[in-house]
Amino acid sequence: MRPFDYERPARASEAVAAVAADPGARFLAGGTNLVDHLKLGVSAPTALVDVRDALDDTVQALGDGGVRIGAGVPNSDLAAHPEIRRRYPVLSAALLAGASGQLRNMATTGGNLLQRTRCVYFQDVTTPCNKREPGSGCSALEGHGRDNAVLGASEFCVATHPSDMAVALCALEARVRVLGPDGERTVPLDHFHRLPGAAPERDTVLSHGDLVTAVELPPPPEAARTAYRKVRERASYAFALVSVAAVVRVRGGRFVDAHIAFGGLAHAPWRARRAEEALRGRPVTEEAFRVAADTELAGARPGRDNAFKVPLAVNTLASVLRELTEEVR
Amino acid sequence: MDTTITLHVDGEERVLTVDTRTTLLDALRDRLGSTSPKKGCDHGQCGACTVLLDERRVLSCLSLAVAHDGARVTTAAGLAARDELHPVARAVLDHDGLQCGYCTPGQVCSAVGMLAEAGAGWPSHATEDLTAAVELDDAEIRERMSGNLCRCGAYANIVAAIREVSG
Repeated sequence: MRPFDYERPARASEAVAAVAADPGARFLAGGTNLVDHLKLGVSAPTALVDVRDALDDTVQALGDGGVRIGAGVPNSDLAAHPEIRRRYPVLSAALLAGASGQLRNMATTGGNLLQRTRCVYFQDVTTPCNKREPGSGCSALEGHGRDNAVLGASEFCVATHPSDMAVALCALEARVRVLGPDGERTVPLDHFHRLPGAAPERDTVLSHGDLVTAVELPPPPEAARTAYRKVRERASYAFALVSVAAVVRVRGGRFVDAHIAFGGLAHAPWRARRAEEALRGRPVTEEAFRVAADTELAGARPGRDNAFKVPLAVNTLASVLRELTEEVR
Repeated sequence: MDTTITLHVDGEERVLTVDTRTTLLDALRDRLGSTSPKKGCDHGQCGACTVLLDERRVLSCLSLAVAHDGARVTTAAGLAARDELHPVARAVLDHDGLQCGYCTPGQVCSAVGMLAEAGAGWPSHATEDLTAAVELDDAEIRERMSGNLCRCGAYANIVAAIREVSG
């Protein structure tokens, strides 16, 4: 592990200035992913700027009926927060489906968004990886490909985003508050994570020195039913093969609207806008579930080892829609 | 870069100088001789290094010591009061919740932290109604303890031990 300096500023602006001034500096929050990367050699910063004193760790009500989640709120506290459990249960459920009790106690809201892919080649410095070392090639294309993306991947990278929380935030139309060297801005969560294209080394639209300070949620749609379903290879403590977050509204036997996001399928939480469009105004029927799910996955480009993800995603979404509309059919 | 920090380990104040790269686990074991937390995978996947940090269960292998200056650390050894085992440790023994014992200190710390979380009403992935009161049945205990692996496979007895203490 390369030696690094450590500092712990009290204010977010100081933390941003410290990282912006040093190309080798990185923010440190819960450390659950970054400290592992230091050990693996995936990341070799010259300085760590600990932001746990600088970040807000509270959940506040917003004037419009939404909430503002400080980037320093631990995953466990957010999942257990009474207002989140009552008004945004899909977010609590997604958080509780991720990691373990110990990791949720450490990991922060901002850090969860910024965690990096668990692609085995990204984490193994002895193998080529365009995300870790641009231009070196993608080992996952020809290698172990079970976890690879089936939507939105490129010839340079087939990694998936590992977060459960971000999938729920995507369906909830969250906004990310960012403080950078030039001031504050807001990025819709749907545009926060990038698809890999020719630059898979960039997971998000953030630049060096940009610090996530909060996540804001709009008020939950009235009378919406929500669910988070995660499919994985064991019952607990594993990353998703496929996950679905859904926020749907039904009236008079028809879908009013639906907000749907997939995890495990792409380089970013995948907002299923084609499926949403296919459901809008349609009668609540088994056929509608199928058509919506098939429409979204029509663009899937699976590889040798991960073709199972396509029917798995279709069936999981159909199953979630069935469960959420059971009472109105 | 060396930094001097203070840790309150099992009730004792310890001052030490650490390289910034030192994990809390290595500081405890190699520098302070507190060998109750174990190094299993060293990558946050097994839970053997679990300690209570300011009363929350965390993985000491993924914590940098320098980032926890001033923290109160409780290891499984520190949970015992004088010559009395902590009720969770006692129950693990009574139920044969171990074979080799390597994961046990982490299991015990994790269970103590988990019982406090459940006591505070925190739901889990196994909780059907996220807003209802928590009832620690076997499915809840298994889910909440899923971050602690036991390669001897003593899970059934670990669950029984925790169920006894929680009931």
